[in-house]
Amino acid sequence: MKQYINSGNKDTRSGFGAGLAELGRTNPKVVALCADLIGSLKMDEFAKEHPERFFQSGIAEANMIGVAAGLAISGYIPFAGTFANFATARVYDQIRQSVCYSKTNVKIAASHAGITLGEDGATHQTMEDIGLMRMLPEMVVINPCDYNQTKAATIAAAYHDGPVYLRFGRPGVPNFTPDNQPFEIGKAIKLNDGHHVTVIATGHLVWEAIKAAEILEDKGITVDLLNIHTIKPLDEKAVLQSVAKTHCVVCAEEHLIAGGLGEAVAGLLVRNNPVPMRFVAVDDKFGQSGKPAQLMEAYGLDAAHIVTAAQQLTSAK
Amino acid sequence: MAISYTFEQIASQVRRDILRMVTNAASGHPGGSMSSTDILTVLFFKEMNIVPEKWERNGKGSDMFFLSAGHISPVLYSILARRGYFPVSELSTFRAFGSRLQGHPSIERGLPGVNQAAGSLGQGLSVAIGAALGKKLNNDQNTVYVLIGDGESEEGQIWEAAASAVHHKADNIIAMTDWNKQQIDGTTEQVQSLGDLHAKWSAFGWETIVADGHDFSSIAEAFGKAKELKGNGKPIMILFRTEMGHGVDFMAGTCKWHGKNPSQEQCEQGLSQLKETLGDY
Repeated sequence: MKQYINSGNKDTRSGFGAGLAELGRTNPKVVALCADLIGSLKMDEFAKEHPERFFQSGIAEANMIGVAAGLAISGYIPFAGTFANFATARVYDQIRQSVCYSKTNVKIAASHAGITLGEDGATHQTMEDIGLMRMLPEMVVINPCDYNQTKAATIAAAYHDGPVYLRFGRPGVPNFTPDNQPFEIGKAIKLNDGHHVTVIATGHLVWEAIKAAEILEDKGITVDLLNIHTIKPLDEKAVLQSVAKTHCVVCAEEHLIAGGLGEAVAGLLVRNNPVPMRFVAVDDKFGQSGKPAQLMEAYGLDAAHIVTAAQQLTSAK
Repeated sequence: MAISYTFEQIASQVRRDILRMVTNAASGHPGGSMSSTDILTVLFFKEMNIVPEKWERNGKGSDMFFLSAGHISPVLYSILARRGYFPVSELSTFRAFGSRLQGHPSIERGLPGVNQAAGSLGQGLSVAIGAALGKKLNNDQNTVYVLIGDGESEEGQIWEAAASAVHHKADNIIAMTDWNKQQIDGTTEQVQSLGDLHAKWSAFGWETIVADGHDFSSIAEAFGKAKELKGNGKPIMILFRTEMGHGVDFMAGTCKWHGKNPSQEQCEQGLSQLKETLGDY
């Protein structure tokens, strides 16, 4: 098993903030909007350095998406930031018509995604956002796994011509991918070669999947491990190649089963190479208040659940 | 070309186009199209700094127009075609399969003059504000125009945008309301009363002008005043008092023709009240 070193826990939203700050200094076309959550989204640095290119949008998310679309029409590259629930469900029709259908070059920056938002509870914990955004034609959906990757993804999103949904989170999580890594939208990253089971993970679940793969290796099960940072477009080739070797797959994500990465993979496999599959995701329920780690465990979103799912698959072979 | 025609002549032809388009498509929204016709005639044939044949979506170096109430696409398409954005003959494809003239404006098939999709209401004012802020960043002195409906102003996003434009001092935006007081289910008073629109926009901090949307000198005067107010730190709203279905007696002043096409016979009857001036498509 390839070794991954945690250089220290960091929040992915800070990776976004760092990426945006770098874009501010390197790309004069990048502008940013935020719905009264500058500190939470770590947009302070950009806002301070480029006040003329930063638009405080108040608690008026629908308008923020429209203003972002207008700025994009004028030739700018807007990053519109708020919590993931308000960046998707609250403004779905605005994103659908003013961004996707209108092909405006808007980047939706969605923080505090998933259950790890923690104590604020279910009103703020979206686990539907990946599904909502995946369904929209033209939309690219990215869910990076750590600080370094989120920074790289933010910069890559600016250079993609078209709508992007960039999903990241609140808690500190292991930062283990390389600093200043290249980021190719739509390209899976192979984290380990194995031949017993494929594990496909996205976002905060990637580190859990690495831990699971280490545990499984000790039990004699080798894991072919993919970090899918881009859920749409899905790296179909990488998934199909891996599954052709292992003949079974576990998908892990901080999201509902409905609409998530797992269903995207399932749809691909059922059309090409149906194999036994397990979902490490939340099954049709809302979250609740609690500590992030506590919630991840309670809702079955951790290494232990990935291990169990993988063992079920390999023992049934 | 069309500059040699009077506003009356252009507007009469545009209303003929509207009637013929919705009749031919057997669907569409003639009522609000006809209440907005005179405003858009003055805007596109006199007020706006535009070069139709050099149109670009980003609006660089020219005025921009956003239609927020996308259902009145017939008037937009007719105005754009008559102003030279695309061939007038294309009006015959309105709402047909594969047409660039979608039921509601779309940018998907690249129709010149349309820079944003509209249809789901309440969104265009926000987009126009974004474009106006973009013009400021680009040091482009041109104006962003946007037309919203009065019924559309029941949408909450309109009032988010109203506050936002003031906060960001988008004083290069001239918004217009087609204040025809009708919507699908009845009058705006019956459906969800708008109250005092002038007081509302003024209270939000907009320079607010009221004009007669069917009197060409009143329309031109309102635009003149709006242009004088431009650049003074506040966005500008012109509330145009209009009549739904204006120009054809049996269609005027009622919500019945908001989204209903005339029969062939009704169309002929309507056309008999509107002079063919620039030549039918």
